[in-house]
Amino acid sequence: MSDHEHDHGHSSELSEMQLRVRALETILVEKGYVEPAALDAIIETYEHKIGPHSGARAIARAWVDPDFRRQLFGNASKAFAALGVPGGTEHLIALENTPQRHNMVVCTLCSCYPSATLGLPPVWYKSAAYRSRTVADPRSVLKEFGTELPQSTEIRVWDSTAEVRYIVVPMRPAGTEGWSEQQLAAIVNRDCMIGTRLPDPGAAR
Amino acid sequence: MNGVHDMGGMDGFGPVQPEQNEPVFHEEWEGRVLAMNRAMGYTGAWNGDISRYAKEILPPDVYLGSSYYRRWALGLEWMLTDNGLVGADEFAAGHALRPGEPLKRKLTVDQLETAVARGSYERPARAPAAFKLSDRVRMRNIHPKGHTRLPRYVRGHVGIIERVHGCHVFPDSHAAPSREEDPQWLYTVCFDGRELWGEAADPTLKLSVDAWEPYLERA
Repeated sequence: MSDHEHDHGHSSELSEMQLRVRALETILVEKGYVEPAALDAIIETYEHKIGPHSGARAIARAWVDPDFRRQLFGNASKAFAALGVPGGTEHLIALENTPQRHNMVVCTLCSCYPSATLGLPPVWYKSAAYRSRTVADPRSVLKEFGTELPQSTEIRVWDSTAEVRYIVVPMRPAGTEGWSEQQLAAIVNRDCMIGTRLPDPGAAR
Repeated sequence: MNGVHDMGGMDGFGPVQPEQNEPVFHEEWEGRVLAMNRAMGYTGAWNGDISRYAKEILPPDVYLGSSYYRRWALGLEWMLTDNGLVGADEFAAGHALRPGEPLKRKLTVDQLETAVARGSYERPARAPAAFKLSDRVRMRNIHPKGHTRLPRYVRGHVGIIERVHGCHVFPDSHAAPSREEDPQWLYTVCFDGRELWGEAADPTLKLSVDAWEPYLERA
C-alpha cells in the first residue's frame, strides 16, 4: 500500500475514501447496477454543462427585459425553460431583492439547492456554520462574505425544507447603465443568487 | 428524528469560509460518489427522502466528522445493504460475490437528461387545503422518530401562511418503510425573527420554512 496510509487527518481520510469509493464502484458495476460511462457523463455534466452561468443569464435578462422579469417572478421554472437552460425542470421560485428587502437561501436540514439550475452547491453552503447560523443571525453570515446591508433592510431567509427551490434575483447595481446582457451576466456570480453577496460592477473591469 | 443534521440555530461551528474559485469537486472520488448516487437513484431502488434519511441516521460523531460527500458515500452503502442489493461480505471483499438483484431500470448515457433533471413532487389534491394565504398557524410540537422535514427551531412557534404550493409528496411517509407518497398540502410559513429567537433577535429578520399540512395547526 502507499505511504498515504501513514498520513494523519485530512489526507488519510481522502485515501481511505479513494479506496472505499473505488471498491463501491467495482461492486456496483460487477453487479450490473451502474454503467461507468453513465457515471462519467454525470460528472462531465456537472463539471462543464450545468452551473451558475445559467442562472446568471436569467438574472441579466430580467434586468433588461420587463416581460421576462414578470415571467421569472410568475413562474421561474417556465422562464428558465424558455431560456433553454438545461435541467430547468425543478419547482423553482425567484425571490426579488428590493431596497427594502434582501433574500437569502439556506437548507438547515441537509443542503437542498437549485442544482438543476445552478449546478452543485459550494462547500460553504453545505457547511454546518452556514446551515446553523443563517436562520438565527444572517447579518453575521453576510459579514463573512464582506456583505453589509443597511440596518433598515429586511433580511428574508428561506429555509428550503421541501422540494421547492429558491433563487435570489439581486438588484441591478448602479453604474451598469447601457451594459449588454452578456456584460451584466458576468457580474452575477453564484453567491449573488443564494443571497450572500451583491453583484459587483467592479468585478467586470 | 431529532438528529445533529437539524442544525438551524446551533452555535459553535465557527465562521463560514467561502473559497475563491472553488472547483466543482475537490477530489476525484467525490464526483464518483455523486454519480453513483444519481445512477442508483434512477434505478428506483429508493427515493430522495430515503436517501436523506440514510444520512440522518449516521451516528452523530460520524455525521459531524464527515465531509458532505463522505456522508453521501456512507448513506449509499447503507441503502444498498438495507435494500438487499449488496451484502456486507461483498463490501468486505471489495468485489461482487453474487449476481445483482433485478432492478426496474438502469441509467445509460442516453438517459442522462432524465437523471440530471429533477422530477416534480406535486400531486393531485385529495382534499381542499385547510389553510389559506395570511392564516396564522402554529407549527406542531411533534418529534417524529423517523424522517421529517420539520426543523426543531420552528416547532411550537406561530407564523403566517405566505404561499400555497399545492399538494406535494410527504417526506415523513415517503421515507417510512411503506414508502407511500401520501401527498399533503405544502405551504411557505413565514415567521418574525423574534418569534423564533426572542427579543434580542435581529428585528429585521423574517424567516420561512416550507411545511406540509400535517406539521401545522390553526393558531
